[in-house]
This record gives sequence, C-alpha cells and structure tokens, in this order.
Amino acid sequence: MAKETSIRVCMGPGGIASGGEEVLRAFGRELKKSNVKAALKKGCSMHHVGCMGLCARDVLVEVVLNGKTYTYQYVTPDMVSTIVSKHVVGGKPIKEWLVDDSYVNFIKKQTKVVLSDCGRINPESLDAYIAVGGYEATRSVLKSKTPEDTIEIIKESGLRGRGGAGFPTGRKWEFCRAVESDRKYIICNADEGDPGAFMDRALLEGNPHAVLEGMIIGAYAIGADSGYVYIRAEYPLAVERLRLALKHAKKKKLLGRNILGSGFNFDIKIKLGAGAFVCGESTALMYSIEGKRGMPRITPPRSTEAGLWGKPTVLNNVETLANIPYIIRNGANWFASFGKGKSKGTKVFALTGKIKNSGLIEVPMGISLRKIVYDIGGGIEEDKKLKAVQTGGPSGGCIPASMIDINVDYESLAKVGSIVGSGGMIVLDEDDCMVNVAKYFLQFTQSESCGKCVPCRVGTKRLLEIMERITSGRGKTSDLALLEKLGNDVKSASLCGLGQAAPNPILSTIKYFREEYEVHIAGRCPSKVCKELLTYSIIEELCKGCCACLRACSSGAITGEKKKPHRIDQSLCVKCGACFEVCKFKSVDRE
Amino acid sequence: MRGKDFSVEQAAGTLESLYEKYRGEKGAVIPLLQDVQEEFGYLPEEAVNWIADRLEVPRSFFFGVATFYAQFHLAPRGKNIITACSGTACHVKGSERIINFIKRDLGLTDKQETTEDMGFTLEKVNCVGVCSISPVVIINKKVHGKAAPAKILKEIKLLKKKK
Repeated sequence: MAKETSIRVCMGPGGIASGGEEVLRAFGRELKKSNVKAALKKGCSMHHVGCMGLCARDVLVEVVLNGKTYTYQYVTPDMVSTIVSKHVVGGKPIKEWLVDDSYVNFIKKQTKVVLSDCGRINPESLDAYIAVGGYEATRSVLKSKTPEDTIEIIKESGLRGRGGAGFPTGRKWEFCRAVESDRKYIICNADEGDPGAFMDRALLEGNPHAVLEGMIIGAYAIGADSGYVYIRAEYPLAVERLRLALKHAKKKKLLGRNILGSGFNFDIKIKLGAGAFVCGESTALMYSIEGKRGMPRITPPRSTEAGLWGKPTVLNNVETLANIPYIIRNGANWFASFGKGKSKGTKVFALTGKIKNSGLIEVPMGISLRKIVYDIGGGIEEDKKLKAVQTGGPSGGCIPASMIDINVDYESLAKVGSIVGSGGMIVLDEDDCMVNVAKYFLQFTQSESCGKCVPCRVGTKRLLEIMERITSGRGKTSDLALLEKLGNDVKSASLCGLGQAAPNPILSTIKYFREEYEVHIAGRCPSKVCKELLTYSIIEELCKGCCACLRACSSGAITGEKKKPHRIDQSLCVKCGACFEVCKFKSVDRE
Repeated sequence: MRGKDFSVEQAAGTLESLYEKYRGEKGAVIPLLQDVQEEFGYLPEEAVNWIADRLEVPRSFFFGVATFYAQFHLAPRGKNIITACSGTACHVKGSERIINFIKRDLGLTDKQETTEDMGFTLEKVNCVGVCSISPVVIINKKVHGKAAPAKILKEIKLLKKKK
C-alpha cells in the first residue's frame, strides 16, 4: 500500500502568533513548483491543524513520509524550501531542525483523550473529523440508546466538570432530565476567563466538532432542543471556526430538524461574551445571554431547574463536552481506567510560566506534579530553582516546591488549599515574589467582582488595600492575622464562587510562604519585585552618562551631565523603577 | 465616521439598520451594543441614548450593561490599538515592564489610555490565551509573542511614521 506523504502546519493560537500562516503559504508555494510536483508522483497533502501542544517552539511542522512522522520546530518561511527539497522530495530529514529528546518526552509522557485529534486533523473540515470517527457517537446514541442509557454511561465514566468546580457531569444531566418543562437548554461555557488557561481556546480552534458533538449528545440526554455556545469575543478565530463547524454540521443534517432521521431536533446558536470574568459563574452567564448585567443570583433554584429564561438548563464547559464523544465511542470503563479515586479520566493543563516546555498538555488525573513539571515540562527555565506552582487561576492557590510529589486531582489539590480549576498551571521560580503574585490575583478578582454582595465587593477591596500596604513598606505585623481573618470571612460569606475563592491565593501563600510576608512587613522584598521596597542608586563606575535614565525619570530625581556619572536624589525618587528598566549598561542598582 | 466627530444625525441611518437587525430578538442588547461599537469604534453616548429611546427601554438599562462589561468603551479610542496582556503568565514574565516602556514612549500618564492626538490607545487585558509565548502584546490585532520592549517600541515607531 502506498503510504501517503503529508505536511501538517500548527496553526493553534501559538502557531498563528509565531507566523504559522506565512509558513503554510510558503509550503503552498513550494509544493506548486513544477519540479517539486514532478518529483512527488504520489502527491503530497498539506493542511493546517490546531494546537500541537508545545507552543513555545512554534511554528511546529510535521512531515509524514513513508509512514514515519518527523516534527520540525521553530520553522520560519525561509526554511520551507529546504525542508521540501531535502526532506519531502529528497527523503532526507534535516536533523538539526528537528525536535530533540525533550520534545519526544513532552509528547510521550502525556495521555491524550480529548486532545487526541487536536493538532492532527484540519479543524475546518467536517470530513477530517468524520474520518477519525467523528459523529459516530452521535449516530450510535440517536439510533440505539435512550436518553437514560446515555446519562448512565456518562455517570459510570466518572466524568466531572472540567471548568472549575468538578461537579459530576452525568448527575447534572440527570437532574435536568428529571425536570418537566416544555423547553430546556444546554449551554457550552466557552468564556475562558482564567488568566493562564487556554485549553478551551485550543480545543475550539483545533477540534470544534468534538464540542458540538458533546452538545448534541448532551441535548439528547436532557431533552433540550436548543443550545448556546457562550464564547469570549477575545477569541475571534475560535468563533470563526465554530461558525464554520456549525454550518458544515447543519448541511450534513447533524444539527437542525430530525437529526440523522432520528426525529430529534436540536440547534445551536453562538453568543459572544463581552468580557466579564464573573460570567463563568452559571447564573451570571445565563443573565448575560439574556442581555443583562452578568450578576450571579442566589441558588437554589439551580440552573438545572430554572436557568436560561427560567427554563431548566445544563451548563457544561468546553473540555467537558469535548470528552463526551470519546466516552460514548470507547465506553465508560475505558474512560474510568484513567485517573485515580474520584477523579477519573484525563485533564488538559496549560503549563506556562518559568517552564522549559511551555504549552498545552493532557495527563491522567492523579499524576504527580513532579512528573508534569520535570518529565513533561522539562524542568525550570535556565535551570533555576522551582518555588511554587500556581493552579486554578485567581480562584486557586500556590503549591510550594516542597509538595512537588502531590497528586494532581480534585481532592488532593483541594486538601492543600488550591484547585484544579480550569487547568491553568503557572510555574514560578526563585525570582518570583509570592506576595506580589497573591496581590496580582487579588487585583484581578477585586476588579472583576460584580459588586452585588458586600463580602466580595468590600472584602476584596480591603484585602487588596492590605496587600498594597505590605508591598509598599507600610505593612504592620498585625496584617497577617487580619488577612487570614478577613480572607476566611470573604470565603464563607460571599454569594458566588468568585468571592468564595478570591482569598485563596492570599491564604495559600500565607500558609506556605509566611516568612516572605514577614520580610515584606519588615521592609524588604527578597525577590526584588516589589518596587516600592527597593532603593535605586547609580553605580558610578558603570555609568556612561548616556542620560537615558534622566530622560525616563518622571520625578526629576536624576541629575548629571552628558558622559559623566549620574546621581539619584533619594528624597525625590518615587521608586517607579524606570531608570533601572531603561539603563543599557546595568549601572542602576536596586537593593 | 470613527473617533471624536460622532453626530447622531449622521449616524441615524446606521443605527436604524442595526435596530432593525435585532428587532424582536430576545436578549439582543449585548450583540446590539457590540455592533454599535464595531461601527463607531466606541459607544457614543448619543448613539446608546438613541437606541434606548427607539426601543422604549430606560437608557440606564443600556448603560448598566455597557459599563458592566470590559469590552465596551464609552470614550473614543485611538487610531492604533495596543493591547498588552497582563495575564498571569505574562505578569510573571515581565508584562508590567513592557507596559511601562510603552507608556513612557507614548507619553501616557497612569490614568490615561489614549494619547492626546488620538494616535494610540494602550489597553491592559486579562488574558489573550497564548500564554506559552508570553509576554504578549497585540498591536492592531497582530499578536507579538515573547515581546521585548525594543521590538515593541520599533513597531510603534513605524506606526508613528505612518500617520
């Protein structure tokens, strides 16, 4: 059998930003050349794919030749003609451009379920999805399973919500199924608002049909006839690919009236979010679809009883829904064979920060954090010391390096004061200031608080003020106890998940990095991050008198003549750090 | 008709067609405002008033929605939009330093987003979802990954020359 030659260019979020389109065009031009065409008698297919994972090395290009796959990293358009002539035509891979062992480890040590087709198939082609078994699950559910059977499979699989709270998906569906109503809705939450998480974006851009298929099956199970995808307007490409996928699915009668001749009707609309973190909360999200301010309400009634427009509604996250077709196709037991304890299956994490192999990874639940950071992630950038791993975004916490052997699953992370959340995983090294990181997250939640309930609106503001006091040298020894007391109050008294989780970054950093807070209160930032705790001075021997710092100084604290060493007047210095940033000769010192 | 010179008389036709597009649709306030912003570059107060009056909905309802969501801008924006990501990954990789460089270059004060001559708007956003190539700066929709101050300032210089 003649083996197909093909080229796959990564055009996930990272791929495009690194110039994927230009690389793809360059391949197109090369393959059209007459001598190349003549040499490739069997032809060569070329297409773009969604996120391949290791975005830090984009643009990634895979060449499949004689049944073997070769991956090139950091590809630029000017490398393309060489790759085509030497490798695609000549059959000789260009070794120095191929990925190294660390990439092989990055891929090998992962377990791909929900990402198994992402980065392999053309996301803009329905046929490509069907060719890898797509919509088989829909067909089998509609033909031979009752809604109850379907719910049972999902319950047995142990799938839990991948967006944050980890609620069992099958049970959510069951609740909604049980409610009598003339109308029900299913909503896909694609309002990925956690800073540091981009798996939903990658899935929607890399395999949108899997998400649609999950929605169709979910709708059938709960008895809904219409659905919404609530997606961030900040993800234009995901929206575009989703629109295209909807169009193709409708044409093939996979959506609309009488789907695949089964008598089941279901259609999906897209709603663009307008930028509010709190809209990740289910009741707030539904108000936003209704065109109102996205402010959460008290539950019960739960959304499964009275959700969108007051009708029973199921809200599932993108990754949760994309798992559904794979579970139906391979069985509940197969899915449950991955993972540990009450956390079944796999989870996608966005591994970023000070890590060598920064990108999108999928691992079985319960894997140790050490394996993620060192085996898959390849260790810390510049081989520095690991300080902590932040998980769960602004609602999560920091896991200190000493706990590196912890299992990453819902229960284990909750025990140490963090959460799995949507799967953001930010690696922090010795240069990062934990107090600053905690303050950063609080700034975020404080500004995203919708303002409806007092504990969150006022509590986060006061917490932030205390954090600002500590990082600017005005901290008091009593502040730590106050932060803990107030933090716990905000946690227990806030109306929704945003407020209930907002103090987590502070509480977890106080728990594991208390001495760092104490040093700040004493007036020092050991990581040299908190500017107001630093003193800036000019090292005269290194200063060339270029005047760059003098021009950058907004408070007129720097004096000096051209080509002569400058000076900083400490009484005028506002500690903005501008001089340090602009100096090209490293002659500004900060202590 | 973008920028500062909005006039509701001139815009009436456009507003009418947007009103028609969403007439009778449930929950269309946000898409309607998104379209108005797409059309004029921001949400001119008079335009929002016009639509609220046309729909016979209190103006406060529309402004309630417009001020709730980060995507809506109530003031005119610059010709060039620079979006600096301040997501967590970008933050730990030095996004603040880059933002400071851009601010100094454009002469923006801490509270200012748009330059006096309406040439540039600098906005900080929470996360643009390309954390693996952080820090990220988007200039007029083009994403610049692993952004270094010098590289970004060079781009800005080119844009300054263009006008």
